Amino acid sequence: MPRVVFAAAVQRHVPAPPVTVDGACVRDALEAAFVHTPRLRGYVLDDQAHLRKHMSVYVDGVAIRDRTELSETVTSNSEIYVLQALSGG
Amino acid sequence: MAPQILAATRKGLFTLEADGRSWRIARVDFLGDNCSMVLADKRSGTIYAALEHGHFGVKLHRRGAGQTAFEEIAAPTFPPKPEGLIDTDGFGKTIPWTTLKIWALETGGANEPGLLWCGTIPGALFRSRDHGTSWELIRPLWDEPKRQKWFGGGADLPGIHSILVDPRDDKVVRLGISCGGVWVTRDGGESFANEGNGMWADHMPPEAMYDPNIQDVHCLAQCRDHPKQLWVQHHNAIFRSIDDGQTWTECKDVKPSVFGFAVVAHPRHAGTAWFVPAIKDEQRIPVDGRLVVTRTRDGGACFETLSNGLPERPAYDLVYRHGLAISDGGDDLAFASTCGGLWISSDQGDHWVEAPMRLPPVHAIRIVD
Repeated sequence: MPRVVFAAAVQRHVPAPPVTVDGACVRDALEAAFVHTPRLRGYVLDDQAHLRKHMSVYVDGVAIRDRTELSETVTSNSEIYVLQALSGG
Repeated sequence: MAPQILAATRKGLFTLEADGRSWRIARVDFLGDNCSMVLADKRSGTIYAALEHGHFGVKLHRRGAGQTAFEEIAAPTFPPKPEGLIDTDGFGKTIPWTTLKIWALETGGANEPGLLWCGTIPGALFRSRDHGTSWELIRPLWDEPKRQKWFGGGADLPGIHSILVDPRDDKVVRLGISCGGVWVTRDGGESFANEGNGMWADHMPPEAMYDPNIQDVHCLAQCRDHPKQLWVQHHNAIFRSIDDGQTWTECKDVKPSVFGFAVVAHPRHAGTAWFVPAIKDEQRIPVDGRLVVTRTRDGGACFETLSNGLPERPAYDLVYRHGLAISDGGDDLAFASTCGGLWISSDQGDHWVEAPMRLPPVHAIRIVD
C-alpha cells in the first residue's frame, strides 16, 4: 500500500502523521489520506480539488506534473510526499 | 479611550489594550501567519480572524466570547466550476473558482444573529447564517453577467472589499468592488444592481470612463445615523453621495492628495469623514513623506489636514483600505500602516498618540468599544 507523508510545515496547522492507504493514483491515495484527517484536504487542495498553487507532490522522488487531476499512478510500494513548493511563503 | 484595538497583520493578529494614556499588546494570535482580516461581532462578542497561508490557502478561525482559544471553521469556498465554462474578468484573465483572499468580513444586522457577510478575491459574496460554521455563495451576484467586466486594481483579480449593511434595513447591503464600482441588493441577496452615476475613472478610455461597473472604488463608507450619506475613496477622487448612492459628486481641491485607500464616516455627524492620503498610484507613499490624516466636516467642501501627534520625521507609511477605523461613538479613531505604525485618537483626529511598538505590516484594524 502506498505511504503518504506530509511535510512539517503543514503539520504546524494540522497534525498529519504518515499513513498507508489504498490507491492506484495520486488522487485516490490523497483522498484516502484525507479520510484520516479531513481538515487537511483544504490545506493541500483548492476549491476545485486541484493541487494548491504553492504545493508540490512527489511520488518516489519525482514531482508530479498533473496538478489538476492528480492522475499519476502509484504502486503498492510508493512513497508519496506532500510538501510546500519553494514559493508562496 | 476605546478598550481594545484588533490589528490583523502580515504576521498575526494583535490585540491592543489601553494602558493609561498609551497602549500595550495584550494578546497575540497566529504569530507568524498572515492574518488578512479580523471581525469583532458586537452582537455576540465573537472574534473572527481570516488567515491567508501562502501555501495552504485561506482559512477562517473563530473565538467565542469567553473562550480562550480560536477554532478553525469553514472558509468560504466555491462550488465546482462547470466543465468547459469560460469565466474571465474585464481584462480577459481567467477567474479561478477558488477563494484567494477574504477581503471583507462583516456582520449582518442586529436582528440577524449569526449572519455574516464575506467578500473575496475573486469578486464574490458569501453569506453564513450560523456564525461562520458554513457558507453559501450568493449566486445572483456571481451569475451576474456584468461581473465579467470587473477587473483587478492593485490586486491581480477583482474583489469585494467593502460590505455595508444598511442601518435602516438588514436586507439592503451595499458592496464596494475593485474594480467594479458600487453594487447593492435590496432583498437580502436575491438580486443586485450596479449604482454609482457620477463616478469617473481617469485611467480609462473616454468611452469607459463613466461606466459605473468599472469604477475603482478603494473603500465605501456610510453614516450610520444619516445613512443616505455615503463616501467613496476612489482611485482618482473622493466621491460623496447624499441620495443612498444613486448619484455621486466629486470633492474638489482635496489637499494634500485625493488618492488613498481608507475612508471612515462619522456615525452620527452627516458630512464628517476621514481619509489617509497618499501619492497615487504607482508610488503609494505619503505626500512629501509626511504621514497625515484628512478630515471633512462639511460634506467634502473643505478638508483639514490632521497631523498633531503624527510623525514629524519623514514617514513612508501607507494605510490600506481597512487600516482606518472609527468607534461606534465617533470620537475614537485609529489607523495602522504597512510599516507597522499604529496611531490612536480619542478626539476625532485632533490629537494622535503613537502606539509604542512596531507591528508587522497591518492589513486591517477594528476598534472594539
